[in-house]
Amino acid sequence: MIEIRDVYKTYNKGQVSEVKALNGITLNIAEKDYLVIVGSNGSGKSTLLNIIAGSVLPTSGSIILDQEDITKLPDHQRSKWLARVFQNPLSGTASGLNIIDNFRLAAIRTQPKGLKIGISDQFVKQVKDKIATLGLGLEDKINQQMGTLSGGQRQALTLLMSVMDNCKVLLLDEPTAALDPRSANIVMQTADRIVKEFNLTAILITHNLKDAYTYGNRLIQMGEGQVMRDLNTADKEILQQNHLFEWFS
Amino acid sequence: MDFYLTALLQGLCLSAIALGVYLSMKIFNIPDITTDGSYTLGGVVTATLLTHHQSLWITIPAVLVIGGIAGAATGLIHTKLKINALLAGILVMTALYSVNLTILGRSNVPLLNTASIFSLLNITSDANQNSLIILLIVVALLIAIIGYLLKTDFGIAMRATGDSEQMIRAMGVNTDRMKITGLALANALTALSGFMMTQFQGFADINMGIGIVITGLGSVIIAETLINWLRITSVMWSLLLVIGGAVVFQLVLAVTLSIGVDANLLKLVTAVFVLLIVSLPRLSFRRQHD
Repeated sequence: MIEIRDVYKTYNKGQVSEVKALNGITLNIAEKDYLVIVGSNGSGKSTLLNIIAGSVLPTSGSIILDQEDITKLPDHQRSKWLARVFQNPLSGTASGLNIIDNFRLAAIRTQPKGLKIGISDQFVKQVKDKIATLGLGLEDKINQQMGTLSGGQRQALTLLMSVMDNCKVLLLDEPTAALDPRSANIVMQTADRIVKEFNLTAILITHNLKDAYTYGNRLIQMGEGQVMRDLNTADKEILQQNHLFEWFS
Repeated sequence: MDFYLTALLQGLCLSAIALGVYLSMKIFNIPDITTDGSYTLGGVVTATLLTHHQSLWITIPAVLVIGGIAGAATGLIHTKLKINALLAGILVMTALYSVNLTILGRSNVPLLNTASIFSLLNITSDANQNSLIILLIVVALLIAIIGYLLKTDFGIAMRATGDSEQMIRAMGVNTDRMKITGLALANALTALSGFMMTQFQGFADINMGIGIVITGLGSVIIAETLINWLRITSVMWSLLLVIGGAVVFQLVLAVTLSIGVDANLLKLVTAVFVLLIVSLPRLSFRRQHD
């Protein structure tokens, strides 16, 4: 599904502040894999995700998606396949627009945005039904501005928005980092449900080792821009939570 | 009374600028001051075409397209060369001064016995009232078109571009292209104001655009104050208030002149007035928190 071939990424090359974020990383992610990536700060996790999403271009190496070389495609063209949930709840939705407008954009993520009014009664009903599955009572507030909602509500809605249109890969960049434990739980469970329901290939970056243990079928630890540990489904099943904690001690 | 009617008409002529500034500043969050140049550009192209006996139906599209090109130039400089939007606008505005002078040939061209949008319809014999009706039709058309545009899928993408760039890129929108389109649209509207004003005042002048951006800004800020105050979320109402802002702005200037303030001080009064409007919401906001 996704192949990362010998990718290097160096920021500020040749300057004192030079940072080697990725050091020749090679990674194959199979279809319908739910890959969890852990690693300390500066290990290159976020850079890796940004390189897959296209918001950062690699210094060298290539990214293949479904046998197609997408290394040079900008992020807005990769959105045909990829949906993202950002670490910052403010990044995934537009604050000044109301909920229904945000969902409309998400519903045509892979399509051109034309000069017709796309929000019909039927569309409103469809969105309300989707939002109702969250159980947060937001289905009656679809004309409310996104900016008035809490971070947890916005992350949960961002997740729903990611599957409004065709989606193959879901990228989750520490989606719960800014949330309280209860909201974090709702978001993680919603993500799990969506991944299963829509047969998505998913990549989750997290600092929460309990989540890393609970979710996903493959676990990677990154360090210094490379893969340090790679546990497949069988390995992950026999992994015990306290061993995972020892990786970081 | 005629004095205030003229101010009202001027306000309506300038309402297209207000809508343009609303698009660039509020929708796209880009401070665009190409406005000074593209307003004059609109006026200059109008005067040149009309004095060469071209019809209005050629002049209007020409004005819109040329204004759009000016805006797209600012957009290209801003997005592709990654130059600060303010600087990009200043560069294009400066360059436009020479362009305008070249098109016009000299610094002032009067319109005598040329075709005019204000003689398209003759509903009443009073020239000013007739102009009022025509301007109201034009403004209603503008509100309808822009209001519709902002509600379409494209319009939602436009609004999101100024709001959260990261989000809208993840939604598959090329933000560079969107900003260029937006600035082109804003400046096409600005040029349209130049088109109307030139015919209303009966001449095009190379200096007619100096400081005109503050008129647009002032109108938008008046509207924004009301939008926040009345908690308006509807797009149509927001556009209506922007037009209202443009009219109020001209009326305030008219009152200033009529109470005998020296015309030389008009720009100072304008600046102080805009400052007042900008600071008003903050002042009252603080009181709410006490």
